[in-house]
Amino acid sequence: MSAVEAVRPRRNIELVLLILALLVGCGANAMTAINEGAALSNDFWMESGILAAASLALHISLRFRAKYADPVILPIVVTLNGLGLAMIHRLDTPDTDYGNAQARWTVIGMALAAVVIWVLKDHRTLRRFTYISLILSAVLLVLPLVPGVTAGDINGAQVWIKFGSATFQPGEVAKITIGIFFAGYLSTNRDLILLAGRRIGKLQLPRFRDLGPMIIAWLASIGILIFQHDLGMSILFFGIFISMIYVATSRASWALLGILLMFGGAMAASIIFPHIRLRIDGWLNAFDPDVFGRQFGGSYQIVQGLFGMANGGIIGTGLGQGRPDLVPFAHSDMIIAAFGEELGLVGLFAIVMLYALLVTRGMRAAIGARDAFGKLLACGLSAGIGLQCFVVIGGVTRLIPLTGLTTPFLAAGGSSLLANWIIIALMLVISNAARRPLDTTPLQPEEAPNPATTSSLRKQTAAETTLTQAVKKQ
Amino acid sequence: MNQAIRHAWVAIAAMFALILGSISYVQVIGADELASNQWNNRAILQTFCQDRGTIVVAGQPIVQSVASGSESCKYQRQYLKPDLYAGLTGYYSNIFGSTGLEKSMNATLTGTSDQLLLDRIKQLFLGQQPQGASVELTIDPAIQQLAYSLIPDGMRGSIVVTNPKTGAIIAMVSKPSYDPNQIATHDQAAAQAAMTKLQGVPGINLNQSVSGPTGALLAPGSVFKLVDTTAALASGKYNKDSVLPNPAQMPLPGSSATLPNYAGGNCYTQNEASFAFALEQSCNTPFASIALDLGQDAIGKQAAAYGFGQDAGNLLHLDYQSGVWPTNLDQAQLAQASIGQFNTKASPLQIALMTDAIANGGVQMKPSLIKTVRAPDLRIIDEPKPEVLRTSTTPAIAGQITDWMTQVVSNGIAKGAAVPGVQVAGKTGTAELGTSGLNNSWFTGFAPADNPQVQVTVVMEGVDVLTGAKLTSPSASKIFEAVLKK
Repeated sequence: MSAVEAVRPRRNIELVLLILALLVGCGANAMTAINEGAALSNDFWMESGILAAASLALHISLRFRAKYADPVILPIVVTLNGLGLAMIHRLDTPDTDYGNAQARWTVIGMALAAVVIWVLKDHRTLRRFTYISLILSAVLLVLPLVPGVTAGDINGAQVWIKFGSATFQPGEVAKITIGIFFAGYLSTNRDLILLAGRRIGKLQLPRFRDLGPMIIAWLASIGILIFQHDLGMSILFFGIFISMIYVATSRASWALLGILLMFGGAMAASIIFPHIRLRIDGWLNAFDPDVFGRQFGGSYQIVQGLFGMANGGIIGTGLGQGRPDLVPFAHSDMIIAAFGEELGLVGLFAIVMLYALLVTRGMRAAIGARDAFGKLLACGLSAGIGLQCFVVIGGVTRLIPLTGLTTPFLAAGGSSLLANWIIIALMLVISNAARRPLDTTPLQPEEAPNPATTSSLRKQTAAETTLTQAVKKQ
Repeated sequence: MNQAIRHAWVAIAAMFALILGSISYVQVIGADELASNQWNNRAILQTFCQDRGTIVVAGQPIVQSVASGSESCKYQRQYLKPDLYAGLTGYYSNIFGSTGLEKSMNATLTGTSDQLLLDRIKQLFLGQQPQGASVELTIDPAIQQLAYSLIPDGMRGSIVVTNPKTGAIIAMVSKPSYDPNQIATHDQAAAQAAMTKLQGVPGINLNQSVSGPTGALLAPGSVFKLVDTTAALASGKYNKDSVLPNPAQMPLPGSSATLPNYAGGNCYTQNEASFAFALEQSCNTPFASIALDLGQDAIGKQAAAYGFGQDAGNLLHLDYQSGVWPTNLDQAQLAQASIGQFNTKASPLQIALMTDAIANGGVQMKPSLIKTVRAPDLRIIDEPKPEVLRTSTTPAIAGQITDWMTQVVSNGIAKGAAVPGVQVAGKTGTAELGTSGLNNSWFTGFAPADNPQVQVTVVMEGVDVLTGAKLTSPSASKIFEAVLKK
């Protein structure tokens, strides 16, 4: 990165891109109405107005509070969110109103993102909450199992809680808190994890207590799988963890160990739990008449999705002109199939490239970040988005078994939208720190005398000493 | 750490690449397979009300889309001369899906085939309604009509007329037929009632893969002796002068039953026979002895070379079943199977293809039904050329068999197929259906023998010997005459 590039805030470029993004999102919404031969409804104007106003508010927040933030991230996400709104609105029947619900959640999500940008001047503040995040993650993950709070078993998974008549998926938010915990823990202890422990031949064995976080992550993932029947979330959590521990240690062996643990767990789970076995069966034998016709855990949904995508072909049927409504859960789990059908291979490739670009910008922020915590957090959150796309789109296209994960920003689902907007806010804040000119980066004075920070600093010094000794020994 | 972040990025990028790959697979590479999946009713649901392309025979439409007058579903499929062409066109229904050419040519007829991509983009920009391409068939309407009228109403039978040199199908009919308009109607209750009624008609060609000229698997009887003869000559153990045993009855090895010669003909006059005599009189025992001598694998290999158990190439565009040469036969079963009984089965088109190969010097052409495909602006976008399907036998053997088949018509059992002034080559078959006294009666042949222009295969199902003789060879003669006169 050249110094000149780093100094320019590039907020005006963001504004131009943002207007393009809004044109795409709202344009898609208008197109469906036009192609279906309907006039632009009140819903259209409301959804478009909300999206435009909230996007501009976020843009202005960035101008004030994080003016060096990456200028591409926000427009990408607004594009995706707008496309999602358009498709969900398009799939609404006279009896459903997912489109407006999604618009409401978009406002809430973007408002929370703005709050994060205003409140969180420096992402390193979050490091103070390392262990609080751990506790919070545990609480969030356990909530759906607590009687009285839980919304019970919905579509085979127990991942929802009730708020009056509304439901919420706390696991989505736990993605963030667990990311903060791992980033905090690993940035503090990476040297110890790396160097302490016995060495047998070429293999550096970690100390048992340094394996702690990996075991916690693994147990949490398995727990999600066993108690909540949520294979997708389980894979996602563990995937985020693996990417972070790999980045923290630069050791492929750790990542490999993690992947082995994940596969081992998944294999065991598929043997023990019938619902996972059914999922895998529905994936491998999707075109078997028995599997296709099975009422629960069958392949009807995925096969209908494949039919839809095949029907879309290269250029798609055009918005509003396909039959994505034939696919169950087209507005949420299967929204990728709906886009594949109506926008075709070309449109879906564009969407995938948007995600790839988003992940790349997140990783770029991680590389630019000047502290280990920021690097790890940005990397973990970006990897999470990338992995989530892989699990969802791979599931819909029958590359891997279909799981219940949502497509970030596209799929209908308030919890997911809210959590992902917070993730984007964090990415923006970290990218701001990464791209900001060097001479403006001292820690805020009010943060320094915090005992937690001091003790962790002391720990770091200890770690460094160990490091020096270890290096000397070698 | 930055290096590790880059590596993590590479891993994620690889995942995205995998996704792009699987999307490409679903939407492009595997899309045709998914589109033709039996559970996939999207094509029908989506295009049912569109203006589909016409199916044309000799410049005249036989299937077209007409304005239905309804706003919600603007076009109705209309079948002209419905019963005559039902076995080829199939039907196009939003309840029952589609069959025949309506199914196989769906992408072309709806205009979604790759060849029409540019037209589709043009229509998109001009805001025009999507329009499909039209498909012209190789069928000769006069011959089609003649063949159809040669099967009496109320009887079951099929006729396949081809050009052996190109594989083009000149006529292909079967009865009982039906009116596809009754099934394609937008009135769902009426369509349902019609379908229920038609499904009760035995032998009706509603589904080309199990009925009609392309799908009904019938005992071929003596026309299968052409396979035995070819296998015998190809083995080198026999030649045109071979003398074959011709007992009136042959004991079936390992069984108390016997295999008799056909009682009505002249087989009983000789205890030994030449190929010419055995074919002329269609004696059974010489061919059974050939089969026992050569073994079931040799007969099976020759049957496969004629197309038994094989596909018919990609130019037919109809569901197709060729035939069956049974396996794991004991000697008694082999003797029976070699004269087209027991579990030997063939569709009428399979027998036609076998005769085509003999007529065309041993080379079997792909049967083809499509002459041209035209874009909405009448530009020709596809014009399939004749293609070789497989080599069934050598030119020498094919020529020898042609000689003998000529004698079958000139002084043998297929005299009825003769055409004045033309050398016709032919072979009859009468496959007994159990002990009912009813048979599948066959004729297959071609003319002129020295320069074949037309092949005719006729089969009448479940008829007595006399009716069969009346409705096969003489019908073939009329078709030969009609085609050659043109």
